[in-house]
Amino acid sequence: MRIDCEHVWEHISAYIDGDVDAALRADINKHLETCEICSAVLDSTRNVVVLVADGRVFELPAGFSDRLHKRLEPVLQSSET
Amino acid sequence: MTKAPNAEFEADCIRRILAGEHQLFHELIRPCERAIYFLLLSILHNEADAEDAAQETAIKVFRNLQLFRGESQFKTWVLSIARNEGLGRLRKSDRLREDSLEALTDESSGDFTPAVLTSWREIPAEALEKKELAGLLREAIEGLPDIYRNAVMLRDIEEMDVNETAAALGITEGSVKVRLHRARALLQRKLAHKLKSFAPKRGLFGRGR
Repeated sequence: MRIDCEHVWEHISAYIDGDVDAALRADINKHLETCEICSAVLDSTRNVVVLVADGRVFELPAGFSDRLHKRLEPVLQSSET
Repeated sequence: MTKAPNAEFEADCIRRILAGEHQLFHELIRPCERAIYFLLLSILHNEADAEDAAQETAIKVFRNLQLFRGESQFKTWVLSIARNEGLGRLRKSDRLREDSLEALTDESSGDFTPAVLTSWREIPAEALEKKELAGLLREAIEGLPDIYRNAVMLRDIEEMDVNETAAALGITEGSVKVRLHRARALLQRKLAHKLKSFAPKRGLFGRGR
């Protein structure tokens, strides 16, 4: 089936996650072969998803874990039986 | 995508903690710390509040450990406690606004058209060495409407699966997918043009398309 660009955009996120059925995947792939816009939209979206997942984007504040465990310590001790 | 949870280690830990080995709780909670903090940061928009709420969450998890039934993953249960802690604080401070968490629904219409491009040169992860790029990405995520940001935080940043994200946020799997799709579309639209300057010069990492 011939699908249009908007149809592809609607399913981009699911496509990236491998969450579209085989028939739809085939239709999207066919569309991507000839549509440079959708190819660029897909590539850029996937690129953004990969970049935000990088541990360097969101880092825990320095000392976060130490402070957390320090605050837990008296709680753990006081309820010791 | 989810890192295989060590259910056996968790179950054993929980049994021993409940039997009195309280120090083991440090090890039980450690793998959940990051997700607790970033979910709370996403809800509260403030690092100091998120850190304090994360500590309170850990204490509540410890005090309520006997209530964990093992029907969901431990991390999911912990995150639902974190979410309640965050929402409780918002309510108390009266910051639970109309446009906030629950008010915006999946039926809301909106424009989720991506930025239209005719070509894309991949930006490799190495480009994140530049603090400016990480800053742009953070800013774009922080600027998302709350319900979309929470979904992207758990799915794409903490890499939890759809099922676990749905359980932690108290929404259906369908909602997770809709919100994630919209979040990614909004991020692509906001970022695509700004990110282009971070693409490596052609010939180094460049690839043809």
